[in-house]
Amino acid sequence: MALDKPYTDIPGTTIFDSSQARKGYKLNQFFYSLMKAENRERFLSDERAYLEERNIGEEQIQAVMDRDYNRVISLGGNVYFFGKLFFTDEQSFEVGASSMTGMAPGEYREMMISGGRSVEGNRYTEEQD
Amino acid sequence: MARITAGVATSHVPAIGAAVDLGKTKEDYWAPLFKGYEFSKQWIAKENPDVVILVYNDHATAFDMKVIPTFAVGCGESFGIADEGWGARPVPEVIGHPDLAWHISQSVIQEDFDLTIINEMEVDHGLSVPLTLMFDQPDAWPCRVIPLAVNVVLYPPPSGMRCYRLGQAIRRAVDTFDEDLDVQIWGTGGMSHQLQGPRAGLINKDFDADFLERIVNDPEALAAMPHIEYMRNAGAEGIELVMWHIMRGALNEKVKELHRFYHVPASNTAVGHLVLENTE
Repeated sequence: MALDKPYTDIPGTTIFDSSQARKGYKLNQFFYSLMKAENRERFLSDERAYLEERNIGEEQIQAVMDRDYNRVISLGGNVYFFGKLFFTDEQSFEVGASSMTGMAPGEYREMMISGGRSVEGNRYTEEQD
Repeated sequence: MARITAGVATSHVPAIGAAVDLGKTKEDYWAPLFKGYEFSKQWIAKENPDVVILVYNDHATAFDMKVIPTFAVGCGESFGIADEGWGARPVPEVIGHPDLAWHISQSVIQEDFDLTIINEMEVDHGLSVPLTLMFDQPDAWPCRVIPLAVNVVLYPPPSGMRCYRLGQAIRRAVDTFDEDLDVQIWGTGGMSHQLQGPRAGLINKDFDADFLERIVNDPEALAAMPHIEYMRNAGAEGIELVMWHIMRGALNEKVKELHRFYHVPASNTAVGHLVLENTE
């Protein structure tokens, strides 16, 4: 019997469950490697070479190089892991998070200061149409 | 005998640590947040606990994808401060209490809570930011700390009820420790927030207000809330709130609420904070 996944209809949200974790294993271990200063330097000096060494698929390599975090998520990336890349890029978590929302960083910050994104209309995908 | 004297709940947003480390606490953005912790700093200076059992989650710092323990207790002598990608925070190392940590492990495993024992690990902002919020910037932390790491990165985390029951088992373990110690338990993380995807930035003040009220006065019923309600209503990362149930389970059924604070935002997150005294 398939696993019950009641969270698949939350809009704009990918829950990092067993399927995602399996898909993103090497990708997330790459992000984890950026905890070390020398790895951050090596990665920044030649991103593609560093990623290829780690035997990550081409789609994932491209998503990382594009800093396309929604794509990274769909390919198994987890935010606590790819947060290491925000920091490698000397970017705050706020700016990193904003990049996934289609909002400019300043606009996102204003939204947060005004109380954040409302949950109204954002609980179920069917509310979004 | 050792006794649990109080519980503290607080968010542990990394940007809060950075604000203190970089001297930004008086800025307009941050000042209201730090004001909410002034009472707590004065209170804890008077309480002067011997040990804090600090329930937090590791954010892919000590635990990568190789090994993912659901509950892990730090039994080592000390725990270094991790470099999370921007250099280690300039805060003191964390001194453990191995005797009590081992005592808790041996006790609760025999009550069917299969904790993972960690002798060596570094701790991240999940643990160091609450210490900063409560103790500011001392040269050494004024008490011993037992890290209790809970997996909330990989779904599923433990259920709220499992956490609550673990808290109760920790309480029984502390009560049977022979040394005369004042022990606090802190539950950290949350409140509503989402860091990922197009829904990032979600905040739910009503959910948070209800959670703050019920964890004080109706904790066992609140602990029964299923994961989906946190994720749907409080943001995907709002699930961190399950960790507060461990703190609450370790306190008496009735507690005295000394302080409650709530503030939006700190970076992407709603900050909630409680100080609860274990009344007789």
